[in-house]
Amino acid sequence: MRSNVTQYDLISPNSLDAILQILAGSPDPYTPIAGGTELMVALGAGRLQPKKFISLWNLAELRFIQVTPDAVVIGAGTTFTDIRQHPTIARELSLLTQAASWTGSIANQNRGTLGGNIVNASPAADSPPALLAYDATLTLISIHGTRTMPYRDFHLAYKKTALAPDELLHSITLSRNWKSYKSYIRKVGIRNAQAISKVAIAALARTHKGRIEDIRIGAASLRETPARLTATEQSLLNQPITPATIAAARAAILSETLPIDDIRSTAKYRAAVAANLLEEFLRSL
Amino acid sequence: MTTIQLTINNQAITIEAPPMKRLLDVLREDLHLTGAKEGCGEGECGSCSVLMNGDLVNSCLIPILQAEGAQITTIEGLAINEKLHPIQQCFLEAGGAQCGICTPGMILATHHLLEKYSQPTLSQIQEGLSGNLCRCTGYIRIFNAVQQAADLTLAP
Repeated sequence: MRSNVTQYDLISPNSLDAILQILAGSPDPYTPIAGGTELMVALGAGRLQPKKFISLWNLAELRFIQVTPDAVVIGAGTTFTDIRQHPTIARELSLLTQAASWTGSIANQNRGTLGGNIVNASPAADSPPALLAYDATLTLISIHGTRTMPYRDFHLAYKKTALAPDELLHSITLSRNWKSYKSYIRKVGIRNAQAISKVAIAALARTHKGRIEDIRIGAASLRETPARLTATEQSLLNQPITPATIAAARAAILSETLPIDDIRSTAKYRAAVAANLLEEFLRSL
Repeated sequence: MTTIQLTINNQAITIEAPPMKRLLDVLREDLHLTGAKEGCGEGECGSCSVLMNGDLVNSCLIPILQAEGAQITTIEGLAINEKLHPIQQCFLEAGGAQCGICTPGMILATHHLLEKYSQPTLSQIQEGLSGNLCRCTGYIRIFNAVQQAADLTLAP
Protein backbone atom coordinates (compact mmCIF):
# COMPACT_ATOMS: atom_id res chain seq x y z
CA MET A 1 0.00 0.00 0.00
CA ARG A 2 1.09 3.56 -0.76
CA SER A 3 2.58 5.58 2.10
CA ASN A 4 0.63 8.51 3.52
CA VAL A 5 2.88 11.27 2.24
CA THR A 6 1.65 13.82 4.80
CA GLN A 7 3.44 11.78 7.52
CA TYR A 8 6.83 12.53 6.01
CA ASP A 9 8.96 15.61 6.31
CA LEU A 10 11.70 16.76 3.95
CA ILE A 11 13.92 19.78 4.38
CA SER A 12 16.43 21.17 1.93
CA PRO A 13 19.07 23.42 3.51
CA ASN A 14 21.17 25.20 0.93
CA SER A 15 24.65 24.53 2.32
CA LEU A 16 26.63 21.52 3.45
CA ASP A 17 27.45 23.28 6.70
CA ALA A 18 23.75 23.82 7.50
CA ILE A 19 23.05 20.15 6.76
CA LEU A 20 25.90 18.96 9.02
CA GLN A 21 24.67 21.22 11.84
CA ILE A 22 21.19 19.72 11.61
CA LEU A 23 22.53 16.16 11.48
CA ALA A 24 24.64 16.87 14.59
CA GLY A 25 21.95 18.67 16.52
CA SER A 26 18.73 16.77 16.00
CA PRO A 27 17.71 14.23 18.65
CA ASP A 28 15.43 12.67 16.04
CA PRO A 29 17.85 12.37 13.19
CA TYR A 30 17.17 13.09 9.59
CA THR A 31 17.87 10.58 6.85
CA PRO A 32 19.78 12.05 3.92
CA ILE A 33 18.16 11.71 0.49
CA ALA A 34 19.95 12.54 -2.75
CA GLY A 35 18.53 11.37 -6.11
CA GLY A 36 15.75 9.34 -4.49
CA THR A 37 16.19 6.30 -6.75
CA GLU A 38 16.18 4.01 -3.68
CA LEU A 39 14.21 5.81 -0.96
CA MET A 40 11.38 7.04 -3.20
CA VAL A 41 10.80 3.44 -4.34
CA ALA A 42 10.26 2.52 -0.69
CA LEU A 43 7.94 5.51 -0.27
CA GLY A 44 5.86 4.43 -3.26
CA ALA A 45 5.65 0.87 -1.91
CA GLY A 46 4.60 2.00 1.56
CA ARG A 47 7.67 0.62 3.29
CA LEU A 48 9.72 3.76 3.96
CA GLN A 49 10.48 3.56 7.69
CA PRO A 50 12.22 6.90 8.48
CA LYS A 51 9.89 9.89 8.54
CA LYS A 52 12.27 12.86 8.40
CA PHE A 53 14.53 13.50 5.45
CA ILE A 54 17.16 16.04 4.55
CA SER A 55 17.87 16.67 0.88
CA LEU A 56 21.40 16.53 -0.55
CA TRP A 57 20.19 16.74 -4.16
CA ASN A 58 22.17 19.05 -6.43
CA LEU A 59 24.20 20.54 -3.59
CA ALA A 60 27.21 22.08 -5.35
CA GLU A 61 29.53 21.19 -2.44
CA LEU A 62 28.81 17.49 -3.01
CA ARG A 63 28.43 17.46 -6.79
CA PHE A 64 31.84 17.82 -8.38
CA ILE A 65 34.62 15.93 -10.10
CA GLN A 66 38.06 17.27 -9.34
CA VAL A 67 41.16 16.04 -11.17
CA THR A 68 44.52 16.43 -9.44
CA PRO A 69 47.90 15.21 -10.73
CA ASP A 70 47.56 11.94 -8.78
CA ALA A 71 43.88 11.41 -8.23
CA VAL A 72 40.29 11.97 -9.26
CA VAL A 73 38.05 13.14 -6.44
CA ILE A 74 34.32 12.61 -6.97
CA GLY A 75 31.79 14.37 -4.77
CA ALA A 76 29.26 11.98 -3.21
CA GLY A 77 26.38 13.87 -4.85
CA THR A 78 27.77 13.38 -8.37
CA THR A 79 25.31 11.57 -10.65
CA PHE A 80 26.11 8.55 -12.79
CA THR A 81 25.49 10.73 -15.85
CA ASP A 82 28.12 13.21 -14.60
CA ILE A 83 30.55 10.30 -14.18
CA ARG A 84 29.83 8.78 -17.61
CA GLN A 85 30.43 12.13 -19.31
CA HIS A 86 33.77 12.85 -17.63
CA PRO A 87 36.66 12.40 -20.07
CA THR A 88 39.41 11.72 -17.51
CA ILE A 89 37.34 9.05 -15.79
CA ALA A 90 36.50 7.48 -19.16
CA ARG A 91 40.17 7.43 -20.15
CA GLU A 92 41.86 6.42 -16.90
CA LEU A 93 39.18 4.85 -14.69
CA SER A 94 37.09 3.15 -17.32
CA LEU A 95 35.78 0.46 -14.96
CA LEU A 96 33.82 3.19 -13.21
CA THR A 97 32.50 4.63 -16.47
CA GLN A 98 31.40 1.14 -17.47
CA ALA A 99 29.70 0.52 -14.11
CA ALA A 100 27.93 3.90 -14.32
CA SER A 101 26.65 2.99 -17.78
CA TRP A 102 24.75 -0.04 -16.47
CA THR A 103 23.47 1.54 -13.26
CA GLY A 104 19.73 1.64 -14.01
CA SER A 105 18.38 3.54 -17.02
CA ILE A 106 19.35 6.96 -18.36
CA ALA A 107 16.62 8.52 -16.17
CA ASN A 108 18.03 6.76 -13.10
CA GLN A 109 21.58 7.82 -14.03
CA ASN A 110 20.40 11.44 -14.24
CA ARG A 111 19.32 11.24 -10.58
CA GLY A 112 21.23 8.43 -8.87
CA THR A 113 24.46 9.46 -7.16
CA LEU A 114 27.73 7.66 -6.53
CA GLY A 115 27.49 8.46 -2.82
CA GLY A 116 23.96 7.11 -2.65
CA ASN A 117 25.02 3.90 -4.31
CA ILE A 118 27.77 3.43 -1.69
CA VAL A 119 25.84 4.48 1.42
CA ASN A 120 22.72 2.53 0.48
CA ALA A 121 25.06 -0.44 0.86
CA SER A 122 23.25 -2.96 -1.32
CA PRO A 123 25.41 -6.07 -1.79
CA ALA A 124 24.33 -5.95 -5.46
CA ALA A 125 25.17 -2.28 -6.08
CA ASP A 126 26.80 -1.52 -9.43
CA SER A 127 29.65 0.86 -8.60
CA PRO A 128 31.34 -0.96 -5.65
CA PRO A 129 33.21 -3.66 -7.61
CA ALA A 130 34.98 -0.95 -9.65
CA LEU A 131 35.63 1.22 -6.59
CA LEU A 132 37.08 -1.80 -4.74
CA ALA A 133 39.32 -2.70 -7.68
CA TYR A 134 40.67 0.87 -7.73
CA ASP A 135 41.04 0.72 -3.93
CA ALA A 136 39.07 3.97 -3.51
CA THR A 137 39.39 6.13 -0.42
CA LEU A 138 36.29 7.64 1.17
CA THR A 139 36.17 11.02 2.87
CA LEU A 140 33.49 11.28 5.56
CA ILE A 141 32.42 14.61 6.97
CA SER A 142 30.60 15.87 10.07
CA ILE A 143 30.67 19.06 12.13
CA HIS A 144 33.68 17.56 13.94
CA GLY A 145 35.69 17.54 10.71
CA THR A 146 36.61 15.00 8.09
CA ARG A 147 38.13 11.53 8.23
CA THR A 148 39.26 9.23 5.46
CA MET A 149 39.09 5.48 5.22
CA PRO A 150 39.73 2.85 2.57
CA TYR A 151 36.44 1.96 0.88
CA ARG A 152 37.22 -1.73 1.43
CA ASP A 153 36.68 -1.18 5.19
CA PHE A 154 33.41 0.76 4.85
CA HIS A 155 30.88 -2.08 4.71
CA LEU A 156 30.68 -3.77 8.12
CA ALA A 157 27.79 -6.21 7.59
CA TYR A 158 24.63 -6.46 5.52
CA LYS A 159 23.48 -2.84 5.02
CA LYS A 160 25.67 -1.74 7.93
CA THR A 161 28.43 0.78 7.25
CA ALA A 162 31.08 2.72 9.14
CA LEU A 163 29.13 5.97 8.68
CA ALA A 164 28.12 7.63 11.98
CA PRO A 165 24.56 9.04 12.29
CA ASP A 166 25.83 12.63 12.14
CA GLU A 167 28.20 11.94 9.24
CA LEU A 168 27.87 12.20 5.47
CA LEU A 169 29.92 10.62 2.75
CA HIS A 170 31.65 13.65 1.24
CA SER A 171 33.75 12.29 -1.60
CA ILE A 172 35.43 9.31 -3.20
CA THR A 173 39.10 9.52 -4.18
CA LEU A 174 40.56 7.29 -6.89
CA SER A 175 44.25 7.05 -7.73
CA ARG A 176 45.06 7.72 -11.40
CA ASN A 177 48.02 5.38 -11.59
CA TRP A 178 46.67 2.39 -13.57
CA LYS A 179 48.46 2.63 -16.91
CA SER A 180 50.37 -0.63 -16.38
CA TYR A 181 47.25 -2.60 -15.37
CA LYS A 182 44.87 -4.70 -17.39
CA SER A 183 41.28 -4.23 -16.36
CA TYR A 184 38.12 -6.32 -16.42
CA ILE A 185 34.52 -5.71 -15.46
CA ARG A 186 31.43 -7.75 -16.09
CA LYS A 187 27.92 -7.70 -14.70
CA VAL A 188 25.69 -10.71 -15.15
CA GLY A 189 21.98 -9.94 -14.87
CA ILE A 190 18.74 -11.03 -16.46
CA ARG A 191 19.00 -8.40 -19.19
CA ASN A 192 21.42 -5.70 -20.16
CA ALA A 193 19.37 -2.64 -19.15
CA GLN A 194 18.03 -1.90 -15.70
CA ALA A 195 18.59 -5.36 -14.20
CA ILE A 196 20.06 -5.80 -10.73
CA SER A 197 23.14 -7.98 -10.88
CA LYS A 198 23.18 -11.70 -10.13
CA VAL A 199 26.98 -11.46 -9.96
CA ALA A 200 29.41 -8.69 -10.85
CA ILE A 201 33.18 -8.58 -10.78
CA ALA A 202 35.69 -5.83 -11.51
CA ALA A 203 39.42 -6.48 -11.48
CA LEU A 204 42.80 -4.96 -12.22
CA ALA A 205 46.07 -6.81 -12.59
CA ARG A 206 49.66 -6.07 -13.49
CA THR A 207 51.89 -8.81 -14.81
CA HIS A 208 55.63 -9.01 -15.24
CA LYS A 209 57.31 -11.77 -17.25
CA GLY A 210 54.12 -13.81 -17.17
CA ARG A 211 53.60 -13.59 -13.42
CA ILE A 212 50.94 -11.62 -11.58
CA GLU A 213 52.66 -8.82 -9.67
CA ASP A 214 49.56 -7.08 -8.36
CA ILE A 215 45.88 -7.91 -8.54
CA ARG A 216 42.70 -6.38 -7.10
CA ILE A 217 39.30 -7.99 -7.39
CA GLY A 218 36.03 -6.35 -6.33
CA ALA A 219 32.76 -8.27 -6.31
CA ALA A 220 29.04 -7.66 -5.86
CA SER A 221 26.27 -10.12 -5.00
CA LEU A 222 28.71 -12.71 -3.69
CA ARG A 223 28.66 -11.78 -0.02
CA GLU A 224 26.43 -9.81 2.35
CA THR A 225 28.31 -6.66 1.33
CA PRO A 226 30.31 -5.63 -1.72
CA ALA A 227 33.78 -7.03 -1.08
CA ARG A 228 37.42 -7.18 -2.13
CA LEU A 229 38.31 -10.82 -2.69
CA THR A 230 41.62 -10.84 -0.86
CA ALA A 231 42.05 -14.62 -0.51
CA THR A 232 41.62 -15.00 -4.25
CA GLU A 233 44.10 -12.18 -4.82
CA GLN A 234 46.62 -13.87 -2.49
CA SER A 235 46.26 -17.17 -4.35
CA LEU A 236 47.26 -15.41 -7.56
CA LEU A 237 50.12 -13.16 -6.44
CA ASN A 238 53.46 -14.03 -8.04
CA GLN A 239 51.89 -16.91 -9.93
CA PRO A 240 52.20 -17.59 -13.65
CA ILE A 241 48.89 -17.91 -15.52
CA THR A 242 48.66 -21.68 -15.84
CA PRO A 243 45.75 -24.13 -15.62
CA ALA A 244 46.90 -24.96 -12.07
CA THR A 245 46.86 -21.27 -11.06
CA ILE A 246 43.41 -20.81 -12.55
CA ALA A 247 42.13 -23.91 -10.75
CA ALA A 248 43.54 -22.65 -7.44
CA ALA A 249 41.96 -19.22 -8.00
CA ARG A 250 38.58 -20.80 -8.80
CA ALA A 251 38.80 -22.71 -5.52
CA ALA A 252 39.86 -19.57 -3.64
CA ILE A 253 36.95 -17.46 -4.92
CA LEU A 254 34.49 -20.15 -3.82
CA SER A 255 36.17 -20.37 -0.41
CA GLU A 256 35.74 -16.66 0.34
CA THR A 257 32.31 -15.96 -1.09
CA LEU A 258 28.89 -16.88 0.27
CA PRO A 259 26.39 -16.42 -2.53
CA ILE A 260 22.73 -16.87 -1.65
CA ASP A 261 19.50 -18.08 -3.23
CA ASP A 262 17.09 -15.19 -3.80
CA ILE A 263 14.55 -13.92 -6.34
CA ARG A 264 17.29 -13.02 -8.80
CA SER A 265 19.39 -16.16 -8.86
CA THR A 266 20.65 -19.20 -6.98
CA ALA A 267 23.75 -19.68 -4.87
CA LYS A 268 24.88 -22.47 -7.17
CA TYR A 269 24.57 -20.36 -10.31
CA ARG A 270 26.29 -17.38 -8.69
CA ALA A 271 29.22 -19.50 -7.50
CA ALA A 272 29.70 -21.08 -10.91
CA VAL A 273 29.48 -17.74 -12.75
CA ALA A 274 31.80 -15.97 -10.31
CA ALA A 275 34.51 -18.57 -10.93
CA ASN A 276 33.91 -18.35 -14.68
CA LEU A 277 34.23 -14.56 -14.69
CA LEU A 278 37.47 -14.79 -12.74
CA GLU A 279 38.80 -17.36 -15.19
CA GLU A 280 37.76 -15.15 -18.13
CA PHE A 281 39.79 -12.31 -16.66
CA LEU A 282 42.84 -14.46 -15.89
CA ARG A 283 42.87 -15.89 -19.42
CA SER A 284 42.92 -12.33 -20.79
CA LEU A 285 46.14 -11.44 -18.95
CA MET B 1 2.66 21.61 3.70
CA THR B 2 5.36 23.54 1.91
CA THR B 3 5.06 26.25 -0.70
CA ILE B 4 6.91 25.28 -3.85
CA GLN B 5 7.57 27.34 -6.94
CA LEU B 6 8.51 25.75 -10.21
CA THR B 7 8.03 26.15 -13.93
CA ILE B 8 5.95 23.57 -15.73
CA ASN B 9 5.74 23.71 -19.52
CA ASN B 10 7.02 27.30 -19.45
CA GLN B 11 4.40 28.39 -16.94
CA ALA B 12 5.43 29.61 -13.47
CA ILE B 13 3.47 27.70 -10.85
CA THR B 14 3.18 27.98 -7.07
CA ILE B 15 1.70 25.06 -5.18
CA GLU B 16 1.18 23.95 -1.59
CA ALA B 17 2.12 20.31 -1.08
CA PRO B 18 3.68 17.94 1.44
CA PRO B 19 7.42 18.13 0.61
CA MET B 20 7.74 14.36 0.01
CA LYS B 21 4.79 14.24 -2.38
CA ARG B 22 5.95 12.72 -5.64
CA LEU B 23 6.28 15.05 -8.62
CA LEU B 24 4.13 12.56 -10.53
CA ASP B 25 1.26 12.98 -8.07
CA VAL B 26 1.57 16.77 -8.10
CA LEU B 27 1.37 16.74 -11.91
CA ARG B 28 -1.60 14.38 -12.07
CA GLU B 29 -3.62 15.28 -8.97
CA ASP B 30 -2.88 18.96 -8.32
CA LEU B 31 -2.27 20.19 -11.85
CA HIS B 32 -4.41 17.67 -13.77
CA LEU B 33 -1.59 17.00 -16.21
CA THR B 34 -2.33 13.31 -16.71
CA GLY B 35 0.06 12.69 -19.61
CA ALA B 36 2.71 11.23 -17.27
CA LYS B 37 1.46 7.79 -16.23
CA GLU B 38 2.17 5.64 -13.22
CA GLY B 39 3.33 2.21 -14.34
CA CYS B 40 5.56 0.57 -11.76
CA GLY B 41 6.08 3.43 -9.30
CA GLU B 42 9.68 2.33 -8.80
CA GLY B 43 11.70 3.83 -11.62
CA GLU B 44 11.75 0.68 -13.77
CA CYS B 45 9.18 1.37 -16.51
CA GLY B 46 9.57 5.01 -17.53
CA SER B 47 5.83 5.75 -18.04
CA CYS B 48 6.11 8.71 -15.66
CA SER B 49 9.13 10.22 -17.50
CA VAL B 50 9.37 14.00 -17.66
CA LEU B 51 12.22 16.41 -18.32
CA MET B 52 13.62 18.27 -15.31
CA ASN B 53 15.99 21.07 -16.29
CA GLY B 54 16.36 19.26 -19.61
CA ASP B 55 17.24 15.88 -18.08
CA LEU B 56 15.08 12.80 -18.44
CA VAL B 57 13.83 11.72 -14.99
CA ASN B 58 11.22 9.42 -13.47
CA SER B 59 8.69 11.74 -11.84
CA CYS B 60 7.57 8.93 -9.48
CA LEU B 61 10.97 9.13 -7.76
CA ILE B 62 11.14 12.90 -7.19
CA PRO B 63 9.93 14.47 -3.96
CA ILE B 64 8.31 17.73 -4.99
CA LEU B 65 10.61 19.78 -2.77
CA GLN B 66 13.56 18.68 -4.94
CA ALA B 67 11.78 20.22 -7.95
CA GLU B 68 11.76 23.66 -6.29
CA GLY B 69 12.85 26.19 -8.91
CA ALA B 70 13.11 23.53 -11.62
CA GLN B 71 11.94 23.70 -15.23
CA ILE B 72 9.69 20.71 -15.88
CA THR B 73 8.53 19.62 -19.31
CA THR B 74 5.72 17.09 -19.60
CA ILE B 75 4.19 15.61 -22.73
CA GLU B 76 1.55 18.36 -22.54
CA GLY B 77 4.32 20.90 -23.03
CA LEU B 78 5.60 19.44 -26.31
CA ALA B 79 2.59 20.03 -28.54
CA ILE B 80 2.01 23.75 -28.72
CA ASN B 81 -0.79 25.61 -30.49
CA GLU B 82 -2.61 22.32 -31.03
CA LYS B 83 0.09 21.17 -33.40
CA LEU B 84 1.88 17.89 -32.74
CA HIS B 85 5.57 18.00 -31.97
CA PRO B 86 7.58 16.39 -34.80
CA ILE B 87 8.50 13.46 -32.51
CA GLN B 88 4.81 12.86 -31.80
CA GLN B 89 4.03 13.01 -35.51
CA CYS B 90 6.75 10.41 -36.20
CA PHE B 91 5.40 8.07 -33.50
CA LEU B 92 1.95 8.40 -35.08
CA GLU B 93 3.18 7.75 -38.61
CA ALA B 94 5.51 4.87 -37.74
CA GLY B 95 2.99 3.07 -35.54
CA GLY B 96 5.15 3.71 -32.49
CA ALA B 97 2.11 4.13 -30.23
CA GLN B 98 -0.45 1.44 -29.50
CA CYS B 99 -2.18 1.41 -26.10
CA GLY B 100 -0.49 4.70 -25.28
CA ILE B 101 0.55 4.15 -21.66
CA CYS B 102 4.28 4.22 -22.41
CA THR B 103 4.04 6.78 -25.23
CA PRO B 104 4.42 10.07 -23.30
CA GLY B 105 7.54 8.66 -21.60
CA MET B 106 8.90 7.24 -24.86
CA ILE B 107 8.50 10.61 -26.55
CA LEU B 108 10.23 12.52 -23.74
CA ALA B 109 13.03 9.93 -23.67
CA THR B 110 13.36 10.41 -27.44
CA HIS B 111 13.45 14.18 -26.98
CA HIS B 112 16.28 13.81 -24.41
CA LEU B 113 18.14 11.36 -26.67
CA LEU B 114 17.96 13.62 -29.75
CA GLU B 115 19.21 16.58 -27.71
CA LYS B 116 22.34 14.51 -26.96
CA TYR B 117 22.70 12.72 -30.31
CA SER B 118 20.95 14.34 -33.25
CA GLN B 119 21.77 11.31 -35.40
CA PRO B 120 21.72 8.37 -32.97
CA THR B 121 22.82 4.87 -33.92
CA LEU B 122 20.41 2.00 -33.29
CA SER B 123 22.32 1.05 -30.15
CA GLN B 124 22.14 4.65 -28.88
CA ILE B 125 18.38 4.61 -29.51
CA GLN B 126 18.07 1.30 -27.69
CA GLU B 127 20.07 2.56 -24.73
CA GLY B 128 18.28 5.92 -24.66
CA LEU B 129 14.90 4.18 -24.44
CA SER B 130 16.04 1.23 -22.28
CA GLY B 131 14.32 2.68 -19.22
CA ASN B 132 10.96 2.87 -21.00
CA LEU B 133 9.04 -0.36 -21.24
CA CYS B 134 6.40 -1.04 -23.91
CA ARG B 135 4.17 -4.12 -23.78
CA CYS B 136 2.52 -3.59 -27.17
CA THR B 137 4.80 -2.66 -30.00
CA GLY B 138 7.79 -4.96 -29.69
CA TYR B 139 9.86 -1.76 -29.91
CA ILE B 140 10.78 -1.96 -33.62
CA ARG B 141 8.16 0.61 -34.65
CA ILE B 142 9.27 2.84 -31.79
CA PHE B 143 12.89 2.66 -32.94
CA ASN B 144 11.70 3.48 -36.48
CA ALA B 145 9.78 6.49 -35.14
CA VAL B 146 12.91 7.77 -33.36
CA GLN B 147 14.94 7.27 -36.53
CA GLN B 148 12.35 9.22 -38.56
CA ALA B 149 12.40 12.04 -36.01
CA ALA B 150 16.20 12.17 -36.22
CA ASP B 151 16.05 12.22 -40.04
CA LEU B 152 13.66 15.19 -39.90
CA THR B 153 16.35 17.36 -38.38
CA LEU B 154 18.49 16.65 -41.48
CA ALA B 155 15.73 17.71 -43.84
CA PRO B 156 16.06 21.24 -45.28
